[in-house]
Amino acid sequence: MIHKRRISTAAYYLIGILIAILAMIPFFWMISTSLKARGALMSIPIEWIPKEPTLGAYVKVFSKFPFFRTIGNSLFISITYTIITLISASMAAFAFAKIKFPKADLLLKIFLATMMIPTQVTIIPLFVVMNKMALINTYASVLLPSIFRPFAIFLLVQQMRTIPNDYLDAASIDGASTFTVYARIALPLCAPTLATLSITTFMESWNDYLWPLLMLTDKAKMTLPIALSTLNGQYATEYNVLMAGSLISMVPIILIYIFAQKYFQNGMMAGGIKG
Amino acid sequence: MRRKNKQDNLLRANNGLFKASPFLVPALIGFAIIYLAPMVISVFISLTDWNGLDSLFAPGFMKEHFIGIQNYADILHSKEFWSVLGNTLTYIVLYIPLMLAVSIAAASLLNQQRRGVGAFRVIYYIPVLTSWVAASLIWKSILSPQYGAMNAILAFFGINGPGWLLDEHWAMPAIVLVSVWKDMGFFGLILLSGMVGINRTYYEAAKIDGAGKWTQFFKITLPLLTPAIFYVLIVSLINSFQLFPQIMIMTGGGPNGSTQVMVERIYQYGFKYFKMGYASAFSWILFTIIMICTAIQMRGQKRWVNYDS
Amino acid sequence: MKKSKLFSLISCLLVAVMLFTACGAQNGGNGGNESEEVTIKYCNFNSSGGNEETLQKMYEAFHEEYPNITVEIETIGYDDYFTQMQTRVAGDTAPDCYELNIENFAAYANKGQLAEISGVDVSGLNETALNAFNVKGVQYGLPESFSNVVLIYNKDLFDKAGVAYPTADWTQADLQKAAEAIRALGDDIFGIWQPITYNEFFKVVAQYGGSLLNEDKTEFTINSEANIKAAQALVDRVLVSNVQPNTVQQGGMGDWDMFMSGKLGMIPTGIWAFQTFTEGCNFNWDIAVEPGDTQKATHFFSNCVVMNPKTEHPQETATWLAWLTSSTKSADIRLAAGWDLPALADMDALSSYLSITPPENREAVFESLNYLVMPPVIEDYALMSDIIGQYLEKAASGVMSVTDALNAAQADCVAQIKLG
Repeated sequence: MIHKRRISTAAYYLIGILIAILAMIPFFWMISTSLKARGALMSIPIEWIPKEPTLGAYVKVFSKFPFFRTIGNSLFISITYTIITLISASMAAFAFAKIKFPKADLLLKIFLATMMIPTQVTIIPLFVVMNKMALINTYASVLLPSIFRPFAIFLLVQQMRTIPNDYLDAASIDGASTFTVYARIALPLCAPTLATLSITTFMESWNDYLWPLLMLTDKAKMTLPIALSTLNGQYATEYNVLMAGSLISMVPIILIYIFAQKYFQNGMMAGGIKG
Repeated sequence: MRRKNKQDNLLRANNGLFKASPFLVPALIGFAIIYLAPMVISVFISLTDWNGLDSLFAPGFMKEHFIGIQNYADILHSKEFWSVLGNTLTYIVLYIPLMLAVSIAAASLLNQQRRGVGAFRVIYYIPVLTSWVAASLIWKSILSPQYGAMNAILAFFGINGPGWLLDEHWAMPAIVLVSVWKDMGFFGLILLSGMVGINRTYYEAAKIDGAGKWTQFFKITLPLLTPAIFYVLIVSLINSFQLFPQIMIMTGGGPNGSTQVMVERIYQYGFKYFKMGYASAFSWILFTIIMICTAIQMRGQKRWVNYDS
Repeated sequence: MKKSKLFSLISCLLVAVMLFTACGAQNGGNGGNESEEVTIKYCNFNSSGGNEETLQKMYEAFHEEYPNITVEIETIGYDDYFTQMQTRVAGDTAPDCYELNIENFAAYANKGQLAEISGVDVSGLNETALNAFNVKGVQYGLPESFSNVVLIYNKDLFDKAGVAYPTADWTQADLQKAAEAIRALGDDIFGIWQPITYNEFFKVVAQYGGSLLNEDKTEFTINSEANIKAAQALVDRVLVSNVQPNTVQQGGMGDWDMFMSGKLGMIPTGIWAFQTFTEGCNFNWDIAVEPGDTQKATHFFSNCVVMNPKTEHPQETATWLAWLTSSTKSADIRLAAGWDLPALADMDALSSYLSITPPENREAVFESLNYLVMPPVIEDYALMSDIIGQYLEKAASGVMSVTDALNAAQADCVAQIKLG
């Protein structure tokens, strides 16, 4: 028995580490490129460890644009965006999953259908709409899309449907309002999913590039991806600087991820079914 | 606060719309501005020969540019459309089963109470966080038939590796592999949050009944994970039809057009060839195809998705 | 009936949005007085990736001369520049003036999105370059910078193979001989890398006396005899003599990387490679004017600056554009920073450029300017170049014969593109 467990432990770590290495290869390469003096795209054989490592690329990133203001803008937008999405999507999902109203299914399907239209062709019409609403160059234009995120609504509907109705019924019989049922019972039960969503939403907003570029023409409102994009030139790109910038921009997401992933472990206890 | 009637509960409410609307208002406002209005405009554009530069609200715009369903007819009659659709379907058929298997495996690996699992959870998500630009560059060099690591490893096992991205027949499978690598963390995370949500008591009961790890997986985990799997299938199908950035960076549609896919064409027509009307029609055709596929999945879900735990 | 409730809710929302959008329409222009201080917006991609400060310096020098004109500069990365510019133009929010590459210039100009730039002195600009941005007699753009292509070669490999270095009077036959001698040096050593793409093709075709369009640009001549000969010569280098690696032999390695790793004898490429090659090559290299066949022909790349017809300050905008492209001051700043070449008529102003080595034979850069060939700019330029490019790729990989490929390209272009 103990012997068998040892083997399974060994197998677990073997496979786990193998996948981990596979996942990390490009990441290592980004680090290595960012430490190189010259932004060589590729050298044969691949130079995994830079011969003369230098922090020059990082210095260049920091000197290129008002770094802290740019990061500040990005943080403000992404955090607000994520919070709005979590609230708005979970409210809609609660209505779809747990309140019976006419044509709920049809409306949900219409919502889902919006995921199927490629944004490449709606971007100009949307730009025109925003322009007519005089929202260009305001943070509102970048934040507005957060109130309707079909992917998030769909994910939460899927999760909320697995909550047994008895819990909610019991609460409403005890006299709780619909809103209390939503906020006090449904939401905590979705904690792991909300944690997942907060990461993916934050990441999407953090990396979003074309939409903020179109909306925020004022340099003072510039976000990090827009600033980083100016490293990319017509004929040549300084890959070492680009990679340094990309790495810096990954840091907040990784931090949020590490923070949020605690919720997966605690999900059981926090939102656990205390039946 | 409104006091509840004892009979009145959420699911059996007879004033459902009244109760539901406050929860739906924010989403509906967003839906109308962000999607509905642009989509309506885009339907009109698809019926014109608009070049994507002229002002849309110029007087007489529709009169001057309206060409009816000409764009739709042209697309459906072009050879290009069918070959591009074929390429997209090839991607889907290869990508979805592989991605699902790998993601479930990764999620199960991460759903264990072992030392170091937290580190794995962070590391497995790193590909999702890596930009497509960086990922594509390194994968291009790994998959280089002459100098790349991939074929070197295959040669070690006596296998003569293919030309990958440079070979007409292997380019799409190579794109699939890289995409699975990139998406594994994302879908794995969603499946993991579904797994974590499964009530532990089921497993404890099964253990008492003497069920082994594999039995538990197939009899408890998998059935109770079906809502999450369903989500992953729907979302990944929609994403697959909209496959775009990795193609643009890794192959640009080549070699010999073997990785040209629908959104890549839509982008080229709209923003490079200045045929926005044609591109809009193209995307509404794509929309219809995705919708039919999703409707089939939705219809089929009753048979296998298990919502009541 | 419940259904109608839901839909009336949605349609109410939609109507509300539409009303909202209609009401919030543009809050009118501010009708600025022309002689007063004006602010104009300039959007560009060319300074991204390292020259933002140079552009800023140019602007400061300009502002000293014209203190009443303030230019707000917005720099955007190359990759999504044209997507965002098209969106802004369509949404009526384009800046007063901006930068375009030659492909997009043709589309914007032909679709009536650009204003004529007049009332400013542009006589200092190179005429060939200036003409590239003249459509039917109207100057819609000013050439902003200049880049051309020369033959860069690895001196060490030439020495090893015992071949004389390329000279200005080389022909394609000389090049082929040298390439074969270098190819014989080793299994992974190749004579030349000249991508079989649309961009190379329209130039090589000119070297063989052909062209893609007839003279007044009313008909395609893609499958002419001279063109087939030119394409055959390019393809044979890969498939027959193999002095040029095929895609598998190239192994996904970039062309510059291949040259810098010392595996390539020659590479015709842009002068913007000098800086990278200077840093990256640990062997001797130099340049020569590209060889021709029946005649010489060399590439010319130029971005241009254009003016938005809806600008409120056309005079000031034109003043800034003319200063940026043709003034000696801006040229000096540009050269000092080692950015592109300014597109000036009088190249003597650029003598400082010649003193930088390598390459020793920097003269060849200017010499090449005598043989410039214009890209065949038509309204549907991007579509034409993609169609031709796709068939060239098929020919280069041996899937189609050269003649079939060019015939098919001709047929597709005729079917899909209206000329004239």
